[in-house]
Amino acid sequence: METHAEAGKEGKPSCASVDLQGDSSLQVEISDAVSERDKVKFTVQTKTEFSVVRQHEEFIWLHDAYVENEEYAGLIIPPAPPRPDFEASREKLQKLGEGDSSVTREEFAKMKQELEAEYLAIFKKTVAMHEVFLQRLAAHPTLRRDHNFFVFLEYGQDLSVRGKNRKELLGGFLRNIVKSADEALITGMSGLKEVDDFFEHERTFLLEYHTRIRDACLRADRVMRAHKCLADDYIPISAALSSLGTQEVNQLRTSFLKLAELFERLRKLEGRVASDQDLKLSDMLRYYMRDSQAAKDLLYRRLRALADYENANKALDKARTRNREVRPAESHQQLCCQRFERLSDSAKQELMDFKSRRVSSFRKNLIELAELELKHAKASTLILRNTLVALKGEP
Amino acid sequence: MAAEREPPPLGDGKPTDFEDLEDGEDLFTSTVSTLESSPSSPEPASLPAEDISANSNGPKPTEVGLDDDREDLFAEATEEVSLDSPEREPILSSEPSPAVTPVTPTTLIAPRIESKSMSAPVIFDRSREEIEEEANGDIFDIEIGVSDPEKVGDGMNAYMAYRVTTKTSLSMFSKSEFSVKRRFSDFLGLHSKLASKYLHVGYIVPPAPEKSIVGMTKVKVGKEDSSSTEFVEKRRAALERYLQRTVKHPTLLQDPDLRQFLESSELPRAVNTQALSGAGILRMVNKAADAVNKMTIKMNESDAWFEEKQQQFENLDQQLRKLHASVEALVCHRKELSANTAAFAKSAAMLGNSEDHTALSRALSQLAEVEEKIDQLHQEQAFADFYMFSELLSDYIRLIAAVKGVFDHRMKCWQKWEDAQITLLKKREAEAKMMVANKPDKIQQAKNEIREWEAKVQQGERDFEQISKTIRKEVGRFEKERVKDFKTVIIKYLESLVQTQQQVSHFCL
Repeated sequence: METHAEAGKEGKPSCASVDLQGDSSLQVEISDAVSERDKVKFTVQTKTEFSVVRQHEEFIWLHDAYVENEEYAGLIIPPAPPRPDFEASREKLQKLGEGDSSVTREEFAKMKQELEAEYLAIFKKTVAMHEVFLQRLAAHPTLRRDHNFFVFLEYGQDLSVRGKNRKELLGGFLRNIVKSADEALITGMSGLKEVDDFFEHERTFLLEYHTRIRDACLRADRVMRAHKCLADDYIPISAALSSLGTQEVNQLRTSFLKLAELFERLRKLEGRVASDQDLKLSDMLRYYMRDSQAAKDLLYRRLRALADYENANKALDKARTRNREVRPAESHQQLCCQRFERLSDSAKQELMDFKSRRVSSFRKNLIELAELELKHAKASTLILRNTLVALKGEP
Repeated sequence: MAAEREPPPLGDGKPTDFEDLEDGEDLFTSTVSTLESSPSSPEPASLPAEDISANSNGPKPTEVGLDDDREDLFAEATEEVSLDSPEREPILSSEPSPAVTPVTPTTLIAPRIESKSMSAPVIFDRSREEIEEEANGDIFDIEIGVSDPEKVGDGMNAYMAYRVTTKTSLSMFSKSEFSVKRRFSDFLGLHSKLASKYLHVGYIVPPAPEKSIVGMTKVKVGKEDSSSTEFVEKRRAALERYLQRTVKHPTLLQDPDLRQFLESSELPRAVNTQALSGAGILRMVNKAADAVNKMTIKMNESDAWFEEKQQQFENLDQQLRKLHASVEALVCHRKELSANTAAFAKSAAMLGNSEDHTALSRALSQLAEVEEKIDQLHQEQAFADFYMFSELLSDYIRLIAAVKGVFDHRMKCWQKWEDAQITLLKKREAEAKMMVANKPDKIQQAKNEIREWEAKVQQGERDFEQISKTIRKEVGRFEKERVKDFKTVIIKYLESLVQTQQQVSHFCL
């Protein structure tokens, strides 16, 4: 299925408001996106006339390049955008196409419309997420100066980044395991005192926060899905009512027909409530779940650096006692110390940024969510009242 | 328990067409004089007018008053007043009740004439609706409530007893307010008695709620969880609706069995309703036989009205079923939504707890509270959905099955009539043969038989027409009831939706 989406203007991400302060000379946007069978191609444009076409794998490559770069160890790397996943809605569309003979033509048309709208919504979301990723990179004073980033933005040809093959995926997976084991070891290690209260606090906070936000995100997703199911339920009801209405000859006829219409409108409203909830709440939660994961990674790196530093200290002491190879041990220890301090500083900054970002984004989204829900509730009250008046008014 | 029928006065034409009722005004003055069978015994129907006796004193006079106001009324489809001929011979209704009291059930509460309502029910309905409303208000001044389900007994012999409260101003009841305790099988017993008396004469008897072995077993075993309380509540509501529908039917209201059910404190245990009893098995066998018969009877439908109505009911049935299925899905999903919202509320609360920015933390916990309230709302809405909408639909689906049953009875009646005619023919042939063979004694016997069968033929014919008339009235009444019912329920349902939405906006502020 080929779909175009003008992601430029409308695709402004509502799921995560990124404060693009600082030097805004580098502005990146995704002006266009095309979905072709399995792949989605994004057209990335910068203010300064560069325009390239990128695929999802290339975004991932860029993200990994940042992660692996030692220089950015002290920064929170913006989380990579999720893979565009149209599987679920494609499946549903297929099931619909296979046909259920008991479904009337109007019902079928409506359900198809719903599914297409869903598909479009997913598409827009994925475009938005990719865009947010790039924009955060562009806004960050350090990250934007990365060479890879420039390559990404400017190199006209295909970056010929293949997706990770199985071996690499497995490797990545193993690396994660090693990492978490390592983390557990480090924290368990006695003698590794956290010198800075700030970090101690942040650590506990982040761990807890991450699990909880993941939980909340899952449940919000479930709520959204249930709501959507509910809205879809109104379709067969409305269809049955209208066929009942056309069959009746007495005054029930108009009642039924009006009722059918009412349910149709209610359905649209409920659908909108569900999708608003999705956008404002679940997406935001999801984004911050990933972001907090990135923050956790940062903390881990810092901890690792601290452990290294401690080890280097110990090694230096040992070397000093043995009075051999003091020089290299010393330099090594210096290195570690510097690294650690650098990391600590930038980490502190980053974490505070993270917090303020999070707070403002939550606030904005929650307010918008409440306003939208209010609006929808008022609208549905209105149509319900109108229908009631019409029904009661009839003899 | 063969139903005995007294032959109505012969000698009149019995056109079943109601077109005769042009002279509306004449007719109903005489309807005042139409009767009920005397309480004592089923006698021939030429009963004097004054026997507007014991049973319906109260509503009677008021009825007459109202009647005088209108010409051309259509009957409240109640009685076995078939005023088909200008002579207005009253025809008696059904057989004496095989039940406990000897009083035969027929009464004329509202002897109104149903003129022309067969041919054009729509037009008349609309204009008469108001009249109907008022009349109903006068007659059916009886309110029934089913409440207080209590578990009585223990173990597998336990059962739920419901309190049936009646408030009425009808004089046929001894008190104006009373209540008794009944159990589910009592309700089923009442229904089977009413059905055996009325169904095959063409009255649409409202069906009782269904048995549910699973549900009852859970209750008996004593599981105190929400599903068994829900089950009991569902059953209670269903029983209440059943009783309300039954008393709305004017004929059934007069039935002594019904009265006994409502009034007497002790009721003989209706054992016949148990699923595995002898009677139960007999019922099942009968049902199977009926199904076979239905397929074999080929009836000459002389009356297009019946065919059309049958078709209409078929369609209605199908569509109601579809709608019902969708509404059930809606109820299920709403319940799911409410469960999910509750879960989300909890996790939002936890998130709020762990958030160290105080304002955000407060906002999040407020969000959690709101979500929890919304979850409650959703649950209530689910209940409303269910009890109002979905149960109404399933009730009507069952009612339509009863209507179809009534149509089937009519077919069986016709069959009997046909058979009687055929036998008569055969007897006549036999007689002719005897004439030829000249055997005097056999001739006499043959003549006797012929007379007997002629009577049966006429009886069959009258039965058939009777049932046809009754069905017409009943169907008309049923339609009206249906229209009213649906409208009220729809309005209530929409109001509940409005309220829910209002609450939501209230919370979001």
